[in-house]
Amino acid sequence: MGLNRRDFFRTAGVAGITLLALDTLGAEKEKDSDVEFRGILYDSTLCVGCQTCETICAETNGLPAPIGELKPGVLRKTDENHRTVVNCYKTTKGELFIKTQCMHCNEPACAAACLTQAMCKTKEGPVTWNGDKCMGCRYCMVSCPFDVPKFEYHSSNPKIQKCTMCYDKIIKGGIPACAENCPAEAIKFGTRRELITEARKRIVEGKDVYVDEIYGEHTAGGTGFLYLSSVPFNELGLNTKLQNESYPELSKGFLFSVPSVFVLLPPLLLGIYEATKKKKNDKTEENE
Amino acid sequence: MNNPAIPISKDKKEESTFKFILSELKPKGKFFTPFNIISIPVILLGVVLIVIRFINGIGAVTNLTQEVPWGLWIGFDVVTGVAFAGGAYVLTFMVYILNMHKYHSIVRVTVLNGFLAYVFYAGALLLDLGRPWNVVNPIIGNSFGTSSVLFLVAWHFLLYMIAQLIEFSPAVAEWLGAKRARKILSGMTIAAVIFGITLSTLHQSGLGALYLMAKDKIHPLWYSEFIPILFFVSSIFAGLSMVIFEGSISHKVFSKQISKKNHWAQKGIVIGLAKICAGAMFAYFFLQLLVFIHGKRWDLLNTPMGYWYLIEMVGFVLLPMMLFVYGYKKNSIFTVKFAAILTMLGIILNRLNVTVIGFRWDAAVSYIPSWMEIVVTLTVIFTEIWIFRWVINRMPVLSDSPEWVKDEK
Ligand code: SF4
Ligand code: SF4
Repeated sequence: MGLNRRDFFRTAGVAGITLLALDTLGAEKEKDSDVEFRGILYDSTLCVGCQTCETICAETNGLPAPIGELKPGVLRKTDENHRTVVNCYKTTKGELFIKTQCMHCNEPACAAACLTQAMCKTKEGPVTWNGDKCMGCRYCMVSCPFDVPKFEYHSSNPKIQKCTMCYDKIIKGGIPACAENCPAEAIKFGTRRELITEARKRIVEGKDVYVDEIYGEHTAGGTGFLYLSSVPFNELGLNTKLQNESYPELSKGFLFSVPSVFVLLPPLLLGIYEATKKKKNDKTEENE
Repeated sequence: MNNPAIPISKDKKEESTFKFILSELKPKGKFFTPFNIISIPVILLGVVLIVIRFINGIGAVTNLTQEVPWGLWIGFDVVTGVAFAGGAYVLTFMVYILNMHKYHSIVRVTVLNGFLAYVFYAGALLLDLGRPWNVVNPIIGNSFGTSSVLFLVAWHFLLYMIAQLIEFSPAVAEWLGAKRARKILSGMTIAAVIFGITLSTLHQSGLGALYLMAKDKIHPLWYSEFIPILFFVSSIFAGLSMVIFEGSISHKVFSKQISKKNHWAQKGIVIGLAKICAGAMFAYFFLQLLVFIHGKRWDLLNTPMGYWYLIEMVGFVLLPMMLFVYGYKKNSIFTVKFAAILTMLGIILNRLNVTVIGFRWDAAVSYIPSWMEIVVTLTVIFTEIWIFRWVINRMPVLSDSPEWVKDEK
């Protein structure tokens, strides 16, 4: 039974489908990149640790009220019920506060990981989650370098919980609840470009206040959420060891090699098959 | 192959096929075997746990945390299980593509094993999905996450299962006595094999590529950009070791089914496989060494994780590799089997080191699988063995094909 022409084309056809699917990836990216991303600039030097953002976030998203006492040295974490938390760190400049939540990466690992496009970088900038698509595989959690997406392990209809930058409000022209309600004006909403300019201005004007760096400008390929601080960022518990290239970059090499394997390997195998079959021709035994 | 199609006798066949299948559903042989006595309670308990999991959520039976979202069910059932199932693509490559006829007698059983492994271990993935009702989303096309490695792996699992089913289908046709179908199905074998090998190459490495984005979460001794290649190369000897191991058990348990000729051939097969294993392991070890030197990881060796790494590399790669070499040089089946078991343990170690043990090794609360996760894993394995046994006892997998197959040629 040789491999006839039809069989070969059938094989090639399925391979082609995979190629096509991969192609759409490139197309989508370009379209998104010339839209202006919205983001948030969080100035930790202004934050007073009042936890208003935590409370208002819980209210807005119908989640339980914040728990645990905000104390220096106690690390509270975001979880499936709390999309943002404020912590207090003992630093070289005394006790300082810092808010954590989803970073809304420019090229999010979570969205690249998601096989259903449930996690998605919207063209407005926020990274959102869609429950109608998500199959709960938690690959986004594995991939996010900031450990942001949280999973409801104790539910039969579990959701992925994470900050959405109040996407629903933004598309209606509003601003995120935390930015709207922060009494210290530590949280500023705007386009990412404006915010970076603003952050630079603050750094220049307050030379002896700020460290000369914006966390999130380059980290993980750039994030929508940007931090200013008066101490090195690792003192505030931010991971400063993350790479500056985006995380999806890490698996791109592999994904790009897939089409070539599909194009090159089957004919190669077919060739070897034909070559070795000839040798066997005089034998009566059939392979099946 | 080139002879004219034989008209099928449609007469009695049709109506009796149904009865035949019904009668075949009944168990054969002794019921109270040690395997049954152990596996039945485990399976029953496992089913209860699975029900609890679907009512109360994944957290009710697993110890997974927000930091470690993938545990035993992915790291062992899926990632390790699929590596062991790699024997099917390696053997089909040897037998159908390279025309190495020596191994023909074990191809069917290996493909069957591979197929069931995919069905069950990839099936175990469904247990791990929080929202399994959406599992069709990436398949029916309303949401293609094409930039996802998992998307690729999921598709490949599905397509490869179909390819394996086609590869195995002649055995089913022989069992049912469907001559015409057998002819058509076996005509598709080579295409399925070529397609299957291509898919396997990609998803065996793809399973490693899944972890590429978890760069900061996996211990540096196990993370490198070469994980996909390492996973692929190791799947070759993982699969073949499984073939050796499984073969030595099958030859005892199902010895009645195996013809004299094939019994004798077994020794030559095992020695041949040992040679290939040794070669692949040499390449793998060399690659690991390069990755290690390239990553400049010397300082990490003198840490607890470093010792653990050395144990894996020396005790479960280098040692079994040398045993394989010794085994085939001295023609010692025993040594080869021992090496195969060591190799398999090494693969389990390696996959778990990447996916579970080395994953967030520094997390405040480390993940240790719950007894319930282990029971469910055993349930999956035991159920697979049940089905495997059911098929072996009925279809011409280990036993020779019925006479009419030879007549046809
Ligand atoms: S921080 Fe994590 S969850 Fe948020 S956008 Fe980036 S990768 Fe996604
Ligand atoms: S858990 Fe949901 S959102 Fe996260 S990667 Fe899987 S399908 Fe996408």
